Amino acid sequence: MLAFIQQIVSGIATGGIYASLALALVLVYRAMDVANFAQGEMATFSTFISYSLIEYAHFDFWTAFVITIVLSFILGIGIERLLIRPFEGAPVLTLVIVTLGLFTIINGVTGLVWGYVFKEYRGAFISQPVRFGGLYLDTQDLGVLAVVLVMLLLLYLFFSRTKIGLAMRAASLYPDSSRLLGVRVGWMLALGWGLAAAVGAVSGMMVAPIIFLDPNMMQSILLFAFAAAVLGGIESPLGAVVGGLAIGIVMALVGTYIPGGQDLRLAFGLIVIVVVLLLRPAGLFGRAAVRRV
Amino acid sequence: MPKTGSRIAAVAAFLVVLGACGSQASPGITATDPGVTATEIKIGATFPLSGTASFYYAVAKGATAYFTYINKEKGGVNGRQINYVVLDDGYDPSKTPDKARQLVQDEKVFATFGDLGTPNNKAVRDYYNAQKVPQLFVFTGASTWGADYDKFPYTIGWQPDYVTEATIYAKYIVANAPSSKIAILYQNDAYGQDGWNGFKNALGSNVSMVVSETKYNAGDPTDMRSQVNVMKASGADTFFVIATPGYAASAVTNAYISGWKPKIYMNQVAASTTTWRSVIKNVGNSSPVDGMISARYLKDPNDSGFANDAGILQYKTILDKYGNGCQFADNFCVAGMAFAFSVVDVLKKAGTNMTRQNVVDIAAGQLSETDNFLVLPGIKVHTSKTHRFPISQLQTIKWTTDHWEPFGSIQDGRPT
Amino acid sequence: MRRLPAVRPEIVGLVVVGGVVLIGLPTVTNQFYTFEFAKVAIFVIALLGLNILTGYSGQISLGNGAFMAVGGYTTAILVHGPGVPYWATIPAAGLLAGAAGVLIGIPALRLAGIYLALATFALALSIPPVLNHFDSFTGGHSGIVMPPVLAPFGLDLSQEQWLYYLNAGIALALFAFAWGVVRSRTGRAFMAIRDSETAAVASGINLAYYKTLAFGLSAFYAGVAGSLLAIATSYLNPDSFGLSLSLALLVGIVIGGLGLDFGAVLGGLFVVWLPYFAEKASGLQIGVFSFPGKPDIIFGALLILILFFAPNGAAGFLRRGWLWYLSLRGGRAGGGAGAH
Repeated sequence: MLAFIQQIVSGIATGGIYASLALALVLVYRAMDVANFAQGEMATFSTFISYSLIEYAHFDFWTAFVITIVLSFILGIGIERLLIRPFEGAPVLTLVIVTLGLFTIINGVTGLVWGYVFKEYRGAFISQPVRFGGLYLDTQDLGVLAVVLVMLLLLYLFFSRTKIGLAMRAASLYPDSSRLLGVRVGWMLALGWGLAAAVGAVSGMMVAPIIFLDPNMMQSILLFAFAAAVLGGIESPLGAVVGGLAIGIVMALVGTYIPGGQDLRLAFGLIVIVVVLLLRPAGLFGRAAVRRV
Repeated sequence: MPKTGSRIAAVAAFLVVLGACGSQASPGITATDPGVTATEIKIGATFPLSGTASFYYAVAKGATAYFTYINKEKGGVNGRQINYVVLDDGYDPSKTPDKARQLVQDEKVFATFGDLGTPNNKAVRDYYNAQKVPQLFVFTGASTWGADYDKFPYTIGWQPDYVTEATIYAKYIVANAPSSKIAILYQNDAYGQDGWNGFKNALGSNVSMVVSETKYNAGDPTDMRSQVNVMKASGADTFFVIATPGYAASAVTNAYISGWKPKIYMNQVAASTTTWRSVIKNVGNSSPVDGMISARYLKDPNDSGFANDAGILQYKTILDKYGNGCQFADNFCVAGMAFAFSVVDVLKKAGTNMTRQNVVDIAAGQLSETDNFLVLPGIKVHTSKTHRFPISQLQTIKWTTDHWEPFGSIQDGRPT
Repeated sequence: MRRLPAVRPEIVGLVVVGGVVLIGLPTVTNQFYTFEFAKVAIFVIALLGLNILTGYSGQISLGNGAFMAVGGYTTAILVHGPGVPYWATIPAAGLLAGAAGVLIGIPALRLAGIYLALATFALALSIPPVLNHFDSFTGGHSGIVMPPVLAPFGLDLSQEQWLYYLNAGIALALFAFAWGVVRSRTGRAFMAIRDSETAAVASGINLAYYKTLAFGLSAFYAGVAGSLLAIATSYLNPDSFGLSLSLALLVGIVIGGLGLDFGAVLGGLFVVWLPYFAEKASGLQIGVFSFPGKPDIIFGALLILILFFAPNGAAGFLRRGWLWYLSLRGGRAGGGAGAH
């Protein structure tokens, strides 16, 4: 029984990693209906920037953390202005392929600049066991979960209580009306990318000590983050977090208790996700597009 | 209209005549095959330059650095410059046949050395052997290159194979801790399965020592928590890890965090010092890693014990001048250079008889190298009619605070 | 007597030139290039299928690689085990994959847009682990080695040339079939569904039937492509059928031109030749820019660049060019001969 609960606890910890990146995916999708394949690579790149700040400029972690967030925000805006804006009006799938191109470029550049040897990156905390009632977690996991919840709260407040947040929502839902009301729709899009990049950077810096810092760090995470975001209802930050945690738990349980589940962990986990989607075709917290025919 | 085949035959005949005329004009060559001229030997290989396995590219870079050094400072091999054409197959075995044809028919290489990846090499082994193009020193630890040599005489491996290594650990455990309860974590592909089967076979009647067997797929997130929980619950006191660095590091870290303290045997694929220093940095102390046992066959640039070693110093010099981005700390750069040394060794021995057949005979049956500057002294790179595994010895090592300490003698994984 | 529709002389010319190029290609290229073009044909077939599904019926699929896997492994298992001749396995592979497509298409009815994308994405991700797991059946990660395919009837062709003619011939036939489907009632139903499901249903189109049919057809094409891939490479391993294959197909059809007749043909050319050129380019040094050993940087940049100039794909670009050309000729129609 304890082993079972431990698997759930460990699953929540892993799920937090997916949730952190899923939040970034949701932000871009809300802004422009496009799944950004390059989100994970942008997060990895940001994490390497923080590594260089710590290693070569000798900043302490938290200073580097803040600087990296700001730099990533600017980088996100830059990418939107330079690479996404020229494709305004292009079909959605074209934009998706553009983000794929961005993925390979950033991945290649990161590998070229920093190489593939693992980097020593302590991150925010030292990994220490946290024990409670026969169960255990890592301090890193608590850090990730705490940060995810804080980001979720901040995003909620931003979108529902601030003028800019409201403008962003309006710009993505009703771009034409928003323009008429004076909202700079193009810049709202850029802001969405900037925020997503910043969230991704936070994700990367928090999870690098757990999954180890190298240029391919986020690739498998991205797949699950994507699943988490969609499962949660692609436009809902809360859904992304719930989706991420759920996927972490499901994968852990499936891998342990289903015969043949060890190497079919992924397949079974994805079956569960698809089944949930079939039951709720707009995701857990998504808005169902009602269509009566 | 002439048939396609005869038209191509005519062109081919024309080229052969041209080539023959060309070689008669070159002094000092008694026989040549495609890819060899008076001034150049063109060799090739397929490597993952893109995709998730692109970290292996450091092997190609290390090798290229060494070849550049030989070309620039030693006048090449027997007066000919080595031209190493490396093509990208993205670690996808359905792309390797394309690249193999590009090497053989477009680039017209003399031989391939160091093609990387087990399924990738399997995909083209039939092709290379049918075309009689040497597929030498393939960079994979699968045991089939040596074991199936007689069926595929143009193909041979180089690095110690996974079965060799697993055998060494199995024998050590049986001899030193026969009442162990072993948990094993392995990657669910040819690499992990080869090692796992080798381990089981080597344990023989002691295979009941294995109480827990868990696996993962390459491409899973590098978070081995769930697997560690299962193995801990099995009550095992020994942990054999056949995993690549990210997964291995996660497994060891999580073992520590969960409070499980097994004796760890780490496969040499994940033995690089930088990986374990990352773990120590995360955890703040070396107790997850202290006492971990592994094995190695190459010198380690991250080990201060080699700081004044002539081989490592030469490695550094070559990297600084010709390294092209290969990082000093990257063990794959070392492996690449060590392998390149063997390549040059073979080409030198071929001398003026630069035929594919001769090079194959030397590499697969007449190699006897004791002076490889990056292979540990005492480990011989050798092949013979009864020994088709160029390197089958490993030095056992134990992690001590911040580096690997050798212990015991060099182990033979296969009969010599 | 019904007159055949008038065909513009330019089109006839293009068809003739195209035919000559197609048939004569292997006589002027070396075996490597011939093999690459044989691969182009394989991807053209797969993309024709994806085009039907995503381009014409509007259902996004990130998982057509899975159907290629079904086709490929059908062929490999039949050839390796009971020794069925490779050419006989091709239709079997297509049909089995098509059945799989219908099976997937049924639950897919409930999903749309990004949710369908995720479900098909999940399919693509699951294929390699499943193939690995049932290794007694599929050979697992060791893969299945098949005997190399040689030209039949003692034809004086190399292996690569025979593969080229085989694949190109099948691609041509399947292209004609797809051409026909698109212009038939079925094709119009597909496009109606893509443009507006509500309107389609209102005009009496059976959504479930046509959507599932699109999946089945798409999967059939992918299955044939997978089978030909296995035949060409003579070795199959689960690593070849992962997410990157499905993504390559998606990239191919978007760059080629989604929803356009020649999108699949151009896409096939891109899928095979773009990485080749990226690799060649990465070896170059232009001033201070060089990316030794990192062809993916160039590849990504090329993708973005091509799409910038042709956001509707190469076929869309060519189509605009053709319409512009027609407008030039048409504008002078009253002028008759010689007006410049």
